[in-house]
Amino acid sequence: MAQERTKTAQRGPAGDGRGAAAHPLPDPETCRELLETMALIRRFEEEAGRQYQQAKAGGFLHLGIGEEATIVGTTSVMRSDDYLIGTYRTHGHAIARGTDPRNVMAELFGREDGCSRGRGGSMHIFDGERRFMGGYGIVGGNLPIAAGLALACDYQGSDAVTVCMFGDGASNTGNFGETMNLAALWKLPLVFLVENNLYGMGTAIERHSAVTDLSRKAEGLGVPGVRVDGMDVLAVRETVAEHLRIARSDRQPTLVEAFTYRYRGHSAADPEVYRTKEEVEEWRKKDPVKVFRDRLLAEQVITEAYLEELRERLERQVMDAVEFADRSPEPPLESLYDHLYVVGDQVPGWYAVDERTPEPHRGEEEREVGATGEARKLAEAGAAYAGQRSTRGRPPVDDDQIRKADAQTPGGVVGDRDASDALEDADADQG
Amino acid sequence: MIRMREALRDALAEEMRRDESVFVMGEDVGVFQGAFKVTEGLLDEFGEGRVRDTPISENTIVGAGVGAAMAGLRPVVELMTVNFSLLAMDQIVNHMAAIPYMFNGQVRVPIVIRMPGGGGHQLGPTHSHSLEALFLHVPGLLVAAPSTPADGKGLLKAAIRDDNPVIFIEHETLYGSRGEVSDGDADGVVNFGEAAVRREGDDVTIVGILRMADVAQRAAKTLANEHQVEAEVIDPRTLRPLDLDTILRSVRKTNRCVVVEEGWPHGGVGANIAALVSEQAFDHLDAPPQRVTGADVPMPYAKRLEQAAIPHPEHVVSAALATLEGAR
Ligand SMILES: Cc1ncc(C[n+]2csc(CCOP(=O)(O)OP(=O)(O)O)c2C)c(N)n1
Ligand SMILES: [Mg+2]
Repeated sequence: MAQERTKTAQRGPAGDGRGAAAHPLPDPETCRELLETMALIRRFEEEAGRQYQQAKAGGFLHLGIGEEATIVGTTSVMRSDDYLIGTYRTHGHAIARGTDPRNVMAELFGREDGCSRGRGGSMHIFDGERRFMGGYGIVGGNLPIAAGLALACDYQGSDAVTVCMFGDGASNTGNFGETMNLAALWKLPLVFLVENNLYGMGTAIERHSAVTDLSRKAEGLGVPGVRVDGMDVLAVRETVAEHLRIARSDRQPTLVEAFTYRYRGHSAADPEVYRTKEEVEEWRKKDPVKVFRDRLLAEQVITEAYLEELRERLERQVMDAVEFADRSPEPPLESLYDHLYVVGDQVPGWYAVDERTPEPHRGEEEREVGATGEARKLAEAGAAYAGQRSTRGRPPVDDDQIRKADAQTPGGVVGDRDASDALEDADADQG
Repeated sequence: MIRMREALRDALAEEMRRDESVFVMGEDVGVFQGAFKVTEGLLDEFGEGRVRDTPISENTIVGAGVGAAMAGLRPVVELMTVNFSLLAMDQIVNHMAAIPYMFNGQVRVPIVIRMPGGGGHQLGPTHSHSLEALFLHVPGLLVAAPSTPADGKGLLKAAIRDDNPVIFIEHETLYGSRGEVSDGDADGVVNFGEAAVRREGDDVTIVGILRMADVAQRAAKTLANEHQVEAEVIDPRTLRPLDLDTILRSVRKTNRCVVVEEGWPHGGVGANIAALVSEQAFDHLDAPPQRVTGADVPMPYAKRLEQAAIPHPEHVVSAALATLEGAR
């Protein structure tokens, strides 16, 4: 079915004819950094997938496995005061920006130490300190916000640039067209980067976009674009660096289309009826982590011993993140209403945003989920429906996993295909 | 016994077989078989012309549906979740709902917009809301909110056959729930504006919608077993039109009313029903109507917080007992 509905053969970067080997390697330290960050993201995502299967994380889980070069190539040439904003597939983006994987994992676990304190979950990662301005669950919702971040930089006289990443599917939203026009009209310092992984959920690009050369999709709106091989970290680096410069100095927003591929399903439960095994295999040959690793080995920038050490280090780091997340407490029930409003002059207390009576009333009482009282009792009773808190390594006894398999797919449980170390040889993960 | 998702699929398939002008469109409804598998198998039976995968363009999908409906088709548009309908609010409120009135009845908009909402799956603050009240607010729309497979099928058939624009709200956690559903074409249609009395009782009326219809019934059991209180449980099934008569008849008998919904308290479904009951049965009430609602926050992700933000039978029992305070 997938075969006749997708035309995989013609897809891929138009190509500048250079290929991966054509980009000169940066200095050895940078090379190792790029590899390490990509491998960390890979290992983190594999583990996130596994923890999800054990019901440690809930909701939807969108993994970036396969898209590491696009992410890291981009962040590696950004300044620390540049803004980055992305989608619901952004664990890796935050990590690449420097967010501690422990806090990302804790967010997936819905815990107190999560980077959004358990309120957002996997789809809503945020780290303001590192100017990662969020993952967003609404497709296309981040584009106008990116324009606003860039507007603020412009307004404040800063030369910081905003990088806005989104998927091929998001290029069909009204937000895409409206944001492109505004960005061009106001000469906002923006780099739009479309992570073209050829599918919006289960719909292939030929079936969702009339213009499949996405680099040209914003041209008529004043935003010119280029295509780049998103599986090649050096190509992405070079292209994004140039477009950051264009935004920073020329005040010209541009659109970079990075060709990439997600090896996993759209989310954790996805039967993948829309694509063929052969297509996935074809793209696996371009695995961004493995290809780069091989080149560094071949050019003797790294050694097998280094790889061995790196593998162990990443394993420790990611498992430490899991343990950290597992140890982190659940957010307390009395925090349920935290940060809904800034309580200050205009909003001196709940009554000011509720029924505007200084007398206590039911709505206000309900928000007082303190240590005792009826509100506390009911909140506890409600929270108890979440089931027992699980201990690591043992699937909790609840209907969550059944639900996941049931609600999304018949038998749509992902295999552990990528779980073998990305730094190991391809053969090792054929099983 | 079939599941809610199968009941909805059967309604779509049967109506598509019955009427050529009925077609389905939405994101991932075809090749992917629907994000919640409600449209499973439809592409194979009806082909790409009638089961149309769309780009991620909610406002345009709904608007295109409105135009197609104006020109004589009967589109059933699927939006992947209620939250995404917010991107289509312009077409829904400014166009879909207003057009029949604005053009003095010269044109009709027989369209159905299906969308699942509700919490319970830890989908967080952009995927889990219950926005029935937003649609209820808009004159020109009909709003259905089925809680059982039979109602899902029967109301969806009625919605497709109706000449008004219909907002059809499903609940994500109900897709797997099972129930008896009658087969066939003509029968099984559930008319809009007819509430179902799920349980009879003399002491307190509990109105619950969508998943809260079941929560209300569980609460009624606890009330009977532990508090010797007999609750009457009513599922309105459609919010516009609302079968107020059935609710009022019950309140005149029980003299007490509790409304349960998952949505937010301010300007909610419960606020609306409580106001109507107060206006029209004030003299029969022995206690103020009680609202049990979702917490007044965007839905949090963390499992315990999410569950604490959703009404459970305990909340309903507490509210029902509050209406009975001093009476026993
Ligand atoms: C406004 C809106 N509509 C629909 C969805 C459901 N949805 C989530 S991801 C997705 C596909 C997006 O594809 P793409 O932009 O290519 O990003 P990718 O997942 O491939 O990274 C869809 C339809 C959503 N989250 N928001
Ligand atoms: Mg995509």
